Amino acid sequence: MGFFDQFWQLTIDGLMVGSLYAVIALGYTLVYGVLQLINFAHSEVFMLGSFGGLFAARALLPDGGVPGGFQSVYLVAVGLAVGALCGALAAFTLERVAYRPLRRRSAPRLAYLISAIGASLFAVNLAGKEFGRQNVDLPDLFHNDTVFTLFGADVSTQSLVIFAVAIAMLVGLDRLVAGTRLGQGIRAVAQDADTAVLMGVNVERIIIVTFVVGGLLAGAGGFLYAMTFNASYSMGFVPGVKAFTAAVLGGIGNVRGAMLGGLLLGLVESYGGYLFQASYKDVIAFLVLVAILMIRPSGLLGERLGRAA
Amino acid sequence: MLLSLTDVEVAYGAVTALRGLSLEVDEGEIVTLLGANGAGKTTTLRTISGLLRPRAGELRLDGRPLSTIPAHDLVALGVSHVPEGRRVFPSMSVRENLLMGAYRDRRHTREDLDRVFALFPRLSERIGQVSGTLSGGEQQMLAIGRALMSRPRLVLLDEPSMGLAPMVVQTIFEVIAEINRDGVAVLLVEQNAASALRIAGRGYVLETGEVVLSGTSASLLSDDRVRQAYLGEDLTPTP
Amino acid sequence: MTGPNVPGQPAPRSSTSTREGREGPGGPRRVRPSWHPAGLRSPARLRQLGVLVLLGLLAAVVTGPTGNSDHPLRAAWDSIADPRIVLFLVIAVVLWLIVALGGQLRTLAVRWTTPVREPVGAAYGRRGGPIALNLALLAVAIIAPMLFSTAAQQWMVDGVGIYALLALGLNVVVGYAGLLDLGYIAFFAIGAYTTAYFTSQTAMPWHAPFTLNPFFVFPIALLLAALAGVVLGAPTLRLRGDYLAIVTLGFGEIIHLLANNADGVTNGARGAFGVPHLSIHLLGIDYTWGIDPLPYYYLLLAIIVIVMIAFGRLERSRIGRSWAAIREDEIAAEATGVATLRLKLLAFAIGASVSGFAGVLFASKQFFNPQSFSLQASFFIVAVVIFGGMGSRLGVVVGAVVLQGLTFYLRDLVAPADRYIYFGAVIVTMMIFRPQGLVPSRRRRREIELSEAGVGAADALGAAPTGARP
Repeated sequence: MGFFDQFWQLTIDGLMVGSLYAVIALGYTLVYGVLQLINFAHSEVFMLGSFGGLFAARALLPDGGVPGGFQSVYLVAVGLAVGALCGALAAFTLERVAYRPLRRRSAPRLAYLISAIGASLFAVNLAGKEFGRQNVDLPDLFHNDTVFTLFGADVSTQSLVIFAVAIAMLVGLDRLVAGTRLGQGIRAVAQDADTAVLMGVNVERIIIVTFVVGGLLAGAGGFLYAMTFNASYSMGFVPGVKAFTAAVLGGIGNVRGAMLGGLLLGLVESYGGYLFQASYKDVIAFLVLVAILMIRPSGLLGERLGRAA
Repeated sequence: MLLSLTDVEVAYGAVTALRGLSLEVDEGEIVTLLGANGAGKTTTLRTISGLLRPRAGELRLDGRPLSTIPAHDLVALGVSHVPEGRRVFPSMSVRENLLMGAYRDRRHTREDLDRVFALFPRLSERIGQVSGTLSGGEQQMLAIGRALMSRPRLVLLDEPSMGLAPMVVQTIFEVIAEINRDGVAVLLVEQNAASALRIAGRGYVLETGEVVLSGTSASLLSDDRVRQAYLGEDLTPTP
Repeated sequence: MTGPNVPGQPAPRSSTSTREGREGPGGPRRVRPSWHPAGLRSPARLRQLGVLVLLGLLAAVVTGPTGNSDHPLRAAWDSIADPRIVLFLVIAVVLWLIVALGGQLRTLAVRWTTPVREPVGAAYGRRGGPIALNLALLAVAIIAPMLFSTAAQQWMVDGVGIYALLALGLNVVVGYAGLLDLGYIAFFAIGAYTTAYFTSQTAMPWHAPFTLNPFFVFPIALLLAALAGVVLGAPTLRLRGDYLAIVTLGFGEIIHLLANNADGVTNGARGAFGVPHLSIHLLGIDYTWGIDPLPYYYLLLAIIVIVMIAFGRLERSRIGRSWAAIREDEIAAEATGVATLRLKLLAFAIGASVSGFAGVLFASKQFFNPQSFSLQASFFIVAVVIFGGMGSRLGVVVGAVVLQGLTFYLRDLVAPADRYIYFGAVIVTMMIFRPQGLVPSRRRRREIELSEAGVGAADALGAAPTGARP
């Protein structure tokens, strides 16, 4: 079958995966916006959230057969909630352990990157030790039927759930940043931390909240990711690099940019993976990253947190 | 006494910026801080707002020591700081910037917005505009308006006239006097000593981190050293 | 933080309570010893106890049994419910008592944990100083392996020697230029595969139409790796420094993927087998390095010594001074005519070429597979450099010896994959307590210290992040 026969199916798949990239990318972008720092350990926040949600949903899963109806909704909701909480907890701990002591000391920038790498190495391998080093599957939480067809392409329950939840989180975050007092504080710190202090913003609290919000999103995103693919101790790396690419593509530090970047990257990868070879999908994302850095390093929508909000 | 600094010492690494500085600001007065670049004027203001930590000495607000109060709580105690170079949040709109001024207390926002717009009608015309695109004068008005949103008892103003056209400077100084008429104390840092001393009741002259001269505006205006160094008057006796 | 950073701002008044001895540029304050038990019940002390107990539990989990995904929490639970836990808790409480009560000990501990706060140029002449010390170290390095078992000797080559060389190369990037390269092992892989390509008709499906003595591959690998470094670095280095980290990370992973998956070219995951040993046929000398690890060890030792001397000269040269200028204040360096971009690229290329060079040595020991080029290997080299002391040549070699020595010593106690838990912990701990490393370079140490007091920077990555208000 040719590319054009598959076009809509690829589009739907791309949007689904892309919406997940966008959710993870928000964590990079929020922290970057506030701290001007790439949080290299964000991919591990995602991984830990994924495991948390997966284990919780699996523990509540009744024996025998795929659940349906209300039970499915309940299981997905629990998975999302526990995933989000685990992600938030991981992000909070990360900030406290790997970043805060350095901030207290006004350490140079390199120290933060290295500290994050260390934390990431620690978390990945501890997870490997505790949860084993194989892939862990999440059993079906609902019947994955085709809900409807769009231009001849099947839209499954699963892609619909993932896309809907992801979009809901993206919209929620956008509202949070653009329309609440907390969001106002985040944007103020991102634009000018010193002046934000003069306005009465508690910068330390904003930083912690930013990590926690990014962790909530990444954790829930991790659970959604485990629904389609699976979970493993090393699962964070590839989506992490891709989500970072998405964040840079949209303009790092820019909330709507991260959303746009995630969806675009999902599409590019989906089309590219079909046209070339599925195993080179990861290489495509990397090439996109290098290309943006060379052509338009400030991304499609520019870099400022709050500009698009 | 609203604000008092006693023997305050601040250092940047090994470099001492303030050495034993003492000053006072009373309720409802305008006090100006004069001095050349690098004399420590901005450092003084940043220390008062808690952005810098003194190495020695004491700061008191209403007689209570400030050393344990975090910088972000100062605005709640009635101190607003208009930083050097205005520092409006560049990608927020005028309205959003003003709302940032009321970050800690939202109860009187509407009223206070009206008050600021009455003071600076120009801002109300630009209410939705992104602040980064405002002119320098408008940004200064916005920065002052933002500081007023928290209903301060003391406003710290850092070089409000810097880089502005004379007409605009005049407006700014008129507004400062007007704010003061409502009972707000002002600590004004200025290079433009003539304008500053015209509206201030008292003043301090700083040199390399120390107060070298202080007194009422009238006495400072008549002091030869001030006239020569800060008012640019030629005092060489004519033959 | 936005806006230009005014060089030299005093420490901010912290928004939360300050910990004794930690804050303030004036060096560690002597803390009044408090022998009163009442002091133990203060909230700060109790929080300290809580943190230490948590760390004890974590240590128990880290050293505890291995789990699996069927019972995700069982391994952790088993580690905590085990009688062993008492030991960890006792250690935690004892540590706490020492910290809380031992006035003298505490002052000492504070000194140990916050050495960056000592005055600039504090007495310490053990690094690089006397020639006698260096010669003594060299003598130890020459004699030590003779006393070891063959397995240990082998490890002195594969583990310590190669990694010391790699760390010396990465040190140019991280320590001298203040950049972060997370795909450093990729250049090592380029060196190794280049060797297989040129020296053997059988090692990989893809090979040169002729075969070369591995010695002739050294310059080729060196140039190829440097070229790869330039190609990768040129577009990235003009951007923010932290982008380089992620681009190199991606590059490292791609090289690893290619090595692992391109069966028809690199022989894939099976690896390359049968690369000839190094050999010299010159002026009547015929010598081949063989299975015996010792000759390889001495060859590596010689190379390491030469590289150390050469990099020492480099560090003190005009180029080295320019790198220091870039680290400390990039804008000022640029303004005084330092070609910052070109110099950063140079550091990156030099680092890459050392890695490529080491790859040839590594390959010519007959066998290698892509596992040696995983990202974790890159991270490990970063750990070595950080642990030893970035910018310090002796430091990074000591780092390789200590970390790889521990790895060897604990090889039966800790599963290979689990080692990285400890390496990760080492990296974070060093960054928190001793960012200048075990054997610091005097200059780097001073830079970190000054930068933390608010003067200048200590890397080439731009202004310090928000909240770390200089």
